[in-house]
Amino acid sequence: MKVAVLKGGRSLERGVSLRSAARVEDALERLGHEAVPVDVGGDLVKRLLAEQPEVAFVAMHGVGGEDGTVQELLEILGIPFTGPGVAACGRCVDKVLAKHELRGAGVATPDWFAFNETAFRELGAADALSGLEQRLGFPLVVKPSRGGSALGVKFAASWFEVPEALVSAFSYDERVLLERFAEGRELAVSVLGGEALPIVEAIPGDGDRYDFEARYEIGRTEFACPAELEDTETAAVRGAALAAYEALGCSGFSRVDLILTADGPQVLEVNPIPGLTDTSLLPQAAEAAGMSFEQLVERILELALAPAAA
Amino acid sequence: MAETPHRRRAHTRTRDLERYAGLFAERTSVMRSSAMRDLMAITARPEVISLAGGLPDTSTFPAGTFAAQMTKIAQESTAEALQYGPTEGFAETVDCIVEVMGAEGMLPDPDDVIVTTGGQQAIDLICKTLVDPGDVVVCEAPTYPGAVPVFCSYQAEVVQIECDDDGMKVDELEETLARLDREGRRPKFVYSVPTFQNPAGVTLSLERRLRLVELARQRELLVVEDNPYGLLRFAGEPLPPLYQLDGGDFVLYIGTLSKILSPGIRLGWAVAPPPVMEKIVLGKQAADLCTSTLTQHFVREYFAEGRWREYVESLIEIYRGRRDTMVEALRSHFPAAATWTEPQGGLFIWATLPEYIDTGDLLAKALRENVAFVPGQAAYADESRGRASMRLNFSGVGDEEIREGVRRIGKAVAEQVELYGALTGEHEVGAAPAEADEPGRADVLPFRKESSG
Repeated sequence: MKVAVLKGGRSLERGVSLRSAARVEDALERLGHEAVPVDVGGDLVKRLLAEQPEVAFVAMHGVGGEDGTVQELLEILGIPFTGPGVAACGRCVDKVLAKHELRGAGVATPDWFAFNETAFRELGAADALSGLEQRLGFPLVVKPSRGGSALGVKFAASWFEVPEALVSAFSYDERVLLERFAEGRELAVSVLGGEALPIVEAIPGDGDRYDFEARYEIGRTEFACPAELEDTETAAVRGAALAAYEALGCSGFSRVDLILTADGPQVLEVNPIPGLTDTSLLPQAAEAAGMSFEQLVERILELALAPAAA
Repeated sequence: MAETPHRRRAHTRTRDLERYAGLFAERTSVMRSSAMRDLMAITARPEVISLAGGLPDTSTFPAGTFAAQMTKIAQESTAEALQYGPTEGFAETVDCIVEVMGAEGMLPDPDDVIVTTGGQQAIDLICKTLVDPGDVVVCEAPTYPGAVPVFCSYQAEVVQIECDDDGMKVDELEETLARLDREGRRPKFVYSVPTFQNPAGVTLSLERRLRLVELARQRELLVVEDNPYGLLRFAGEPLPPLYQLDGGDFVLYIGTLSKILSPGIRLGWAVAPPPVMEKIVLGKQAADLCTSTLTQHFVREYFAEGRWREYVESLIEIYRGRRDTMVEALRSHFPAAATWTEPQGGLFIWATLPEYIDTGDLLAKALRENVAFVPGQAAYADESRGRASMRLNFSGVGDEEIREGVRRIGKAVAEQVELYGALTGEHEVGAAPAEADEPGRADVLPFRKESSG
């Protein structure tokens, strides 16, 4: 089967995408497919028309690839593709929109407030900030609404740190959210074709609790899969993850990040196209479920070609 | 039909990764954050105006000269130019090096010189020779971003000494040395780029040079002087290199042809007293046996022609113009709260923004405007420092791109300043830098102190 592997693009997560794609291309070749690597740029449509792939494997992260843009083009061209569709990508990649959808569907997510840059520049929103203290408490998390990985995500331990954190977050997007810090165990549930894979727990090293960048470095964060949880906890976490996946309309595969607090799981976000690098969580979860990386890739392709079966 | 000549390695599974992870040397654990690495990778896109690189201008090197010299090598010395050479380098190459050092008043003994694969290898070899895990290495704050990974890979503990407009604060160095004494620790060496420093663009004053050399002698402390830019002076009077002041007893010297001829030929050198040199040679032998002989032949021919200084003069003219363009653009486009250095030579300007701006995040915003710079944190071993600063290169791109690049960065900065003002109710006050006593130049550089968190 001829598979176009879409990767790269102009997103800030280009590097991760290239690493994910390289791995997928290798797996496709091992599976006997013809992998056509496509670094997404101005010639994307021309390339796809010329290559006529039977299916597109979207291995892009961040703005451009994960937000529905590329998916929309693939729909127009009539090429089936892996991962969630246009609408689901659009909902997931915008964390504010995603949180509204989650809450609307009764899925627990930490309290938050979202602001546009114009609200501060033109509407004096800064004056409203002081009223948020008792609503969110400290520390709180400031993050760009769109954008993946840890870029622009900061903790603020007090009000004095909020303006600086906002300036950083606004470097990545014109909308940011201030979110209540959910204390608890950090878990990730990869969902493949509507089924939850074993839960991964991220265990940050000492002192890295408030350092998002550290979490993405090998060796500084340990991952346990499957996470050691009570049966009831496992059930609650999987339930929350599947509900989030459903609420945002995901299909194919996605990864749900959540915190298991004393009051149960709180969903932080859903990554419509999670990383597939050799340190990424979805492949770890698949392996814990007894799936090799090739089997994972094959399954993702199957789901893309028979979306109704998902 | 030929098969594709390159094949990617077979993929690794998570389990494989764990297997490798168990094998990695401890020194590999001191890697830069991957998010920042990915961000820097994007700066290489063709549509991005990059003020991030450290690239000299190679576009004006006469192609005819290059062709004639390579032809001559092919005709007269093919066998030798394609053969291995001595680990120390050819004697003829060392003669060229002695000539370059002589141009700055230094008179090294040719036996004390080793030819290296760029100045970068000289840093590596000196660390290899001197640094054990846990040893203290002292350097400037900020320091050459390319030296940080070398120090880290030898697991040195890096102690950085603040700079101001006159380079490293030597009194602060003295205090630090005294503190280390009390802790029973002795730094292996002090690494310094005293002239037109990378990244700060500042130059160590004569008074401080003398004091540093005196300290080195008193304490029998080694100083590693890295001097890639000394000959690229566009203003002011030349200052004697530390090596010249010391005579080569306690100052180890690193030089390179990268900035006065070509970085692509990878030719640098180290100068050290015989006992140290002996170890460096052994290290070089283990690393790569010898520096490219083809390169060394080219250098020999190039210097034989006797016009290398003319070429350096032509570069100085180009860079002086570009520095002026960049300073002018900074005055026009950077907000009043920003300061920057105004170097008398070299390739870089170091700009410092209000403390609340994180230049790592600013880079993401700037990249959307297709412009790039090096975030200041790259110049610190402790990545929480230098967050409000950036390194700007003015040698690698033309005047038009410098103007446009600085304009775009300035716009991104202005937006953040305005936003911060709106968030805190603080609005910018104070004169624009252009109205300061000495236009565009702060009396004391506001190098950022360690963040209070």
